[in-house]
Amino acid sequence: MSSLQFDIAHLLAGSLVLASFMMLYQDRLYALLNVYALHAGVLALSVAWQAYVQQAPHLYLTALIALVFKAIIIPVALHRIIKRLGIHREIENVIGIGLTMMAGIGLVALSMVVMLRVTPGADALAREDLAFALSVVLLGLLVMVTRRNAVSQVVGFMSLENGLVLAATGAKGMPLVVEISVAFSVLIAFIVIGIFLFRIRERFDSVDVQALDRFRGERR
Amino acid sequence: MIAVALWSVAVLLALTPAAIALSMRPRGSVVLYGACLVITATLCATALLHLLDPAHPVLSATLPIGLPWLGAHVRLDALSAFFLVVVNLGGAAASLFALGYSKHEDSPGRVLPFYPAYLAAMNVVVLANDAFSFLVAWEFMSLTSWALVVSHHREAENVRAGYVYLLMASFGTLALLLAFGLLASGAGYDFDAIRASHPSAALTGMVVILVLLGAGSKAGLVPLHAWLPLAHPAAPSHVSGLMSGVMTKVAVYGFVRIVFDLLPEPVWWWSMVVLLVGGPTATLGVLYALMQRDIKRVLAYSTIENIGIIFTGLGLALAFKAQGLDWVAALAFTAAMLHVFNHALFKSLLFFGAGAVLGATGERDMEKLGGLIHRMPKTAFAVLIGCVAISALPPFNGFVSEWLTFQAILLSPQLPSWGLKLAIPAVGGLLALAAAFAAACFVKLYGISFLGRPRSDVAASAHETDRFSLTAMLLLAALCLIAGILPGLLIDALAPVSKAMVGNVMPHQVGLQWLTIVPIAESRSSYNGLLVFVFAALCGTAAASAIHRLASDRLRRAPAWDCGYPDPNPAIQYSASSFSQPIRRVFGSVIFAAREIGEMPPPSSPRPARLRVELRDLIWDALYAPIAKAVSFATDRINILQFLTIRRYLTLVFVALIVLLLVVAL
Repeated sequence: MSSLQFDIAHLLAGSLVLASFMMLYQDRLYALLNVYALHAGVLALSVAWQAYVQQAPHLYLTALIALVFKAIIIPVALHRIIKRLGIHREIENVIGIGLTMMAGIGLVALSMVVMLRVTPGADALAREDLAFALSVVLLGLLVMVTRRNAVSQVVGFMSLENGLVLAATGAKGMPLVVEISVAFSVLIAFIVIGIFLFRIRERFDSVDVQALDRFRGERR
Repeated sequence: MIAVALWSVAVLLALTPAAIALSMRPRGSVVLYGACLVITATLCATALLHLLDPAHPVLSATLPIGLPWLGAHVRLDALSAFFLVVVNLGGAAASLFALGYSKHEDSPGRVLPFYPAYLAAMNVVVLANDAFSFLVAWEFMSLTSWALVVSHHREAENVRAGYVYLLMASFGTLALLLAFGLLASGAGYDFDAIRASHPSAALTGMVVILVLLGAGSKAGLVPLHAWLPLAHPAAPSHVSGLMSGVMTKVAVYGFVRIVFDLLPEPVWWWSMVVLLVGGPTATLGVLYALMQRDIKRVLAYSTIENIGIIFTGLGLALAFKAQGLDWVAALAFTAAMLHVFNHALFKSLLFFGAGAVLGATGERDMEKLGGLIHRMPKTAFAVLIGCVAISALPPFNGFVSEWLTFQAILLSPQLPSWGLKLAIPAVGGLLALAAAFAAACFVKLYGISFLGRPRSDVAASAHETDRFSLTAMLLLAALCLIAGILPGLLIDALAPVSKAMVGNVMPHQVGLQWLTIVPIAESRSSYNGLLVFVFAALCGTAAASAIHRLASDRLRRAPAWDCGYPDPNPAIQYSASSFSQPIRRVFGSVIFAAREIGEMPPPSSPRPARLRVELRDLIWDALYAPIAKAVSFATDRINILQFLTIRRYLTLVFVALIVLLLVVAL
């Protein structure tokens, strides 16, 4: 592999981590969705570059899915849901932006240390890629943990999943990458639909949560 | 032959879904119990033929089910054949009894589907030849019997019994699982491979302790017995008979199979542990039984006593085998196996009797029974035989096995180890005490329930039970007598089992003069059940006819003896608690912290005086209550985790992940 190819792959994976950092400090839902669309777009580019580098045409399919489904359809759908639910107000961050960013930096450092330590014999590209992918996963989890709103938690989850796809495509010769990415997309679609339905149900007030608490035998 | 056994088990399993459909039909239970009767009788006959086969073949097969690459191994050798006989004899008797008894069942859909599955599970435990099949069948047996225990779930007491039983059964299976895990570490899960392996001494020691915990909790060894007197009486009576008479024997099988067969030569301290658990179990079990008023609970506690006797026999066998006295080990082992068989007979019989009484009166409390010998004469006769047999009186079968156990105890001075030389006579003393208490216990059970005057209206209006139940009880009673007067046949049939397990056999018995049995040599001791029987029958007949001829030749009915107080109230009769009062005063104040509280009303009050007896189960207080308290304390603390928000849960996951990554990184 030439050094240029390596550098470009590195650049794209690094951009994905950067997009994850951008997600951490968005305090409006629309802005968060836009950053997520950017995130998915960068992922599509990165996967496409891997397809070109590894000469694996099936990866183009994964890239296409990432572009169409994650960068376009889901953000648009979530936009509409937010509008219909009327929750396009500010997001309450649990801890301050500064602290969150510090934690994010710590996570990236941690994933670098872990990956460099456990994969000394692996291919250099795969090593860097895996380290970036793990950072994206951890940052996605951090987004989920720091948000209260269900929609932004879903966005965090989807960015986490982008990290998984990055890891899967970066490792050369990994089987079933396309299938895995399709399966994850379906899973995310279900979660989005589930959140949507749950919100609707909650609005119509048809499920009595107190009844569930009573059923659990204790009330707190 | 093994194919017959396996197919029969398969049919029993197939009956389970059929039973769901049958339970909707009016005659469905008759069809189901009839089918179970036929199958268990077939299995019993097959196993008996195999046991009596002079070649003593060991049959084995591998079924293509179970774990991949392991399959299900089954094996039919002398030991499993003997226990198959016990299991299926009990199963056949219970099915026959249930043909009539099931009329009293108000919700057959809760009992019928589990009954054949329960029988099948016990058979599979005995047949299994690898740890996986054994444990699966064992747990299946626990779960199906649990379902039968809670079949009358409207009564809160039964639900509690089921809960305690489920906990203890899980604990027992866990112990066995760990034991097999240790055994399999060097060999794999196949029993044949385990037999061929050579585990270290420390490992086998741990296995013995774990098996004693696992099988002992199922058999009801003190102090793991707490569930047994709750669960056994809670089930329908024919199932109670199976649980007490048969399932505890399956537990004994588990112990024998692992400790005598799978492990290498025993070490002397194993026998010390088994003896020190077995002896106290016998005495404590029967002391508990003496304090009870509920017939079925008395029987359940008496099961604990008999398990104590069996484990004492097994402990003796281990002791003698470890010290190289094979021929005494064979005597002790045969005695234990004989007691397994005998107890299965008379405990099933007695539980069926209790079921017949329960069906006729709806009462299990002895203080509300009485005088049933006039209303249920045939049941009373069968139960009398059961009581005599379990009290170890000649010429019935209980005497033979306990006598043989004592013969082995009397040989303990030949042991070279001083510890055992001192411990075994002490255990023998405990057994002797237990035998005497058992007699008192069953005098009480029979005297209060069947003799005297009825203490309640239901007892006064009871009717004889149906003919199927009677047939089952009388057959078992006949077997008790036959096994008592022809024990030589049984001892010879057990020879291959003893040969395979302890490596030696008792002297050949059949062919000795007058059907005598000789444990070691004729010069030392011998017993002849037939002579005792003939003598007792002749004396009894002669005495009865002499009294009739000389004193009065016709039946007179007169008021019952009333101590000079012509009070018609039957409540002034001797009661169950007054019968056991002397024993309670001597032993109960220490063992049960028994207190008698007399409440005298003040002089002006018309209130009656009362006498209350308070008993505490000290083992429960000391062992189970602290554990329950600790668990409930811990769960109360952890319970907070159940009521977190999604974000808190996510945070927990996140923190756990970070901590794990840090561990990897540093």
